[in-house]
Amino acid sequence: MNFELNELQIAIRDTARKFAEERLAPGARERDRKEIFPREEILEMARLGLMGVNVPEAYGGAEAGAVAYSLALSEIARGDASAAVTMGVTNMCAELICAAGTEEQKRKYVTRLTSGEYVAGAFALSEPQAGSDPAAMTTTAERRGDRWVLNGAKQWITSGDVAGVIVVWAKTDPSAGSKGISCFLVEGGTPGLTVGKPEDKMGLRASHTVPLLFEDCEIPAENLLGQEGEGFKWAMRALDGGRIGIASQSIGIAQAALEASIAYAKERQAFGRPIADFQAIAFKLADMKTELEAARLLTLRAAWMKDRGVRFTREASMAKVFASEAANRVAAEAVQIHGGYGYVDEFPVERHLRDVRVTTIYEGTSEIQRVVIARELLR
Amino acid sequence: MQFDLTETQQMLRDTCREFAARELVPNARRWDEEHRFPEEAVKKLGELGLMGVAVPEEWGGAGADNVSYALAMEEISRGCASTGVIMSVNNSLYCDPVLRYGTDEQKRKWLIPFARGEKLGCFGLTEPEAGSDAAAQKTTAVRDGDHYVINGAKNWITNGTRADAIVLFAMTNKEAGNRGISAFLVDLNAPGVTRAPADRKLGISASESCSLFFENVRVPAENLLGKEGEGFKVAMSTLDGGRIGIAAQALGIARAAFEDALAYSKERKSFGKPISQHQAISFMLADMATEIDAARLLVLRAAALKDQGVRHSAESSMAKLYASEMSHRVTHKAIQIHGGYGYSKEYDVERYYRDSRITEIYEGTSEIQRIVISASLLRS
Repeated sequence: MNFELNELQIAIRDTARKFAEERLAPGARERDRKEIFPREEILEMARLGLMGVNVPEAYGGAEAGAVAYSLALSEIARGDASAAVTMGVTNMCAELICAAGTEEQKRKYVTRLTSGEYVAGAFALSEPQAGSDPAAMTTTAERRGDRWVLNGAKQWITSGDVAGVIVVWAKTDPSAGSKGISCFLVEGGTPGLTVGKPEDKMGLRASHTVPLLFEDCEIPAENLLGQEGEGFKWAMRALDGGRIGIASQSIGIAQAALEASIAYAKERQAFGRPIADFQAIAFKLADMKTELEAARLLTLRAAWMKDRGVRFTREASMAKVFASEAANRVAAEAVQIHGGYGYVDEFPVERHLRDVRVTTIYEGTSEIQRVVIARELLR
Repeated sequence: MQFDLTETQQMLRDTCREFAARELVPNARRWDEEHRFPEEAVKKLGELGLMGVAVPEEWGGAGADNVSYALAMEEISRGCASTGVIMSVNNSLYCDPVLRYGTDEQKRKWLIPFARGEKLGCFGLTEPEAGSDAAAQKTTAVRDGDHYVINGAKNWITNGTRADAIVLFAMTNKEAGNRGISAFLVDLNAPGVTRAPADRKLGISASESCSLFFENVRVPAENLLGKEGEGFKVAMSTLDGGRIGIAAQALGIARAAFEDALAYSKERKSFGKPISQHQAISFMLADMATEIDAARLLVLRAAALKDQGVRHSAESSMAKLYASEMSHRVTHKAIQIHGGYGYSKEYDVERYYRDSRITEIYEGTSEIQRIVISASLLRS
């Protein structure tokens, strides 16, 4: 039992922290207000190795492992949660292609994702009527000669409009339920792929979320990712890792909210003393810190298990549900500590509260995490 | 970053788990009902080295680390929380300060037999009018030649009814507040010591706490533990470690409640299926398991820091605060899952609920933990 980080993990974390403090945090409010995608910043992150933290060096990654990835993502989220989700999805796509792809697919797509040649990757699983229950999807892929033809609609696709490559799930055998789902690589701008109107979101406003429409969208046969019918397995595996990412993002947002609250509580005076001197405020800070630390340990444990190559489904879900719910409580208390100032965007905590709200929803709602955990317990 | 246990740690944990299943689980309910001190079990704990887990072998202990101690506390408390607190007090509150502050001569007399489990120790800080606020204590120690003369009363002293010795705190300089407190090693069979009958408690009923009265008790000056005026430091650093023990106790109670609830939910049927198949129940189980894991990580991190010899006050407080409040929630849910049976003494979960309640109070209330944590946040 040893809770210390190794040198590589510390180096990646510190790189991400410095970048987040210097390049992300200062502009985060403006990008949130105007819904500006941080394109330049994302490209710089790619140059720092942050778009393939847990991807082999052979494909342009940092090959630093899942613990390093978790630490880096938390640091980026602490500066700008929108940049963090863009980073998270791109990393998830790169890792998935590394795990399931052919050598050619890896050379072609992963290197473009890690290098920043593609500003982002996208992960297209959810549909308007199929979120937590992916087997209910209606998008289809039909084999025609040496092509696959995709038809259907995808919903809530982070970076779907800017992605160079989109991992798309579709039914290749609609009668086979979850075993009839396959996974495909679709390049951005492929004819037959239409990007819908960006969602007007409560938070993460500097990240883009769009619906995608596939109408006789043709892709080469070699763009099948993994084997036919394996799509569900790869989606679940990617989400196990993705959940570590969202847990890490939650932790970063909560950390920012806690730090803002500590600073404010020391400065703001009431009844002749800093409000930090009142137990009503100090005890909130203590609870925020305690829950945040617990969330961090759960998340790092799941990441460590992933690095070790053992099954970590239950631990990833525990980390995700705990970290996202704790982070929501932390951000809500941060607003409370700030009083009226917490409700206006002159201070960052109202953005943190809006940004953190989605973490209990995407990449598996809290309810889905509990289904996963309970299933593992009752096995 | 390494979340694996060493082989030694695993072995100790497994030994404790087997011991708890064999010696504690079958008896814990009866001991609770009869308010019976688990004398035999405590003796066996001593034989297994569990009364001085983190005390080096040369001083009579098992020579294990604090991570092992936390693991052992969880397993023993999973079997019987009363036995857990008896063990925790002897390990964390008695042996640990004697080990850290005692001279070699003191350790030979006051540590070896206690770490071996041949004698039982306790810790006297709290008073009728001074719990969280240690500086408000009224017990005094006045120097008289080569002795100190101690007068005062101590409250809620776990193991006090049976202990052979106590790490006792008393004011040697009333004007100096916290810096006027000193720590002493006191023979509880000395003239002038009176023990009140055991307290009647909500839970941990097989452990005994009581009030102790000191009336002109003459203690040799060589029994001063640490320096004069250093008592507050002795007490606080001891509690930093003690909180790890209590956090692990809370964790063990929660695990017992969770394991019983999980088993019950698979057997009990409603609406044609095991209640574990209803999301209302399975989601409670998911939350219980998640919070138990979170607490264990906080506990083991604090223990690992103590093993490294670095300051761990805030981490111990976070572990203690989270684990104890988690234990309350988990034992509450375990009763809920058992329904009416959970409220009956036919099952163990009502005992777990009562036992867990104290973990939010002793060795620093939740409120004191929040003071420690927020102070560390606001200092930096």
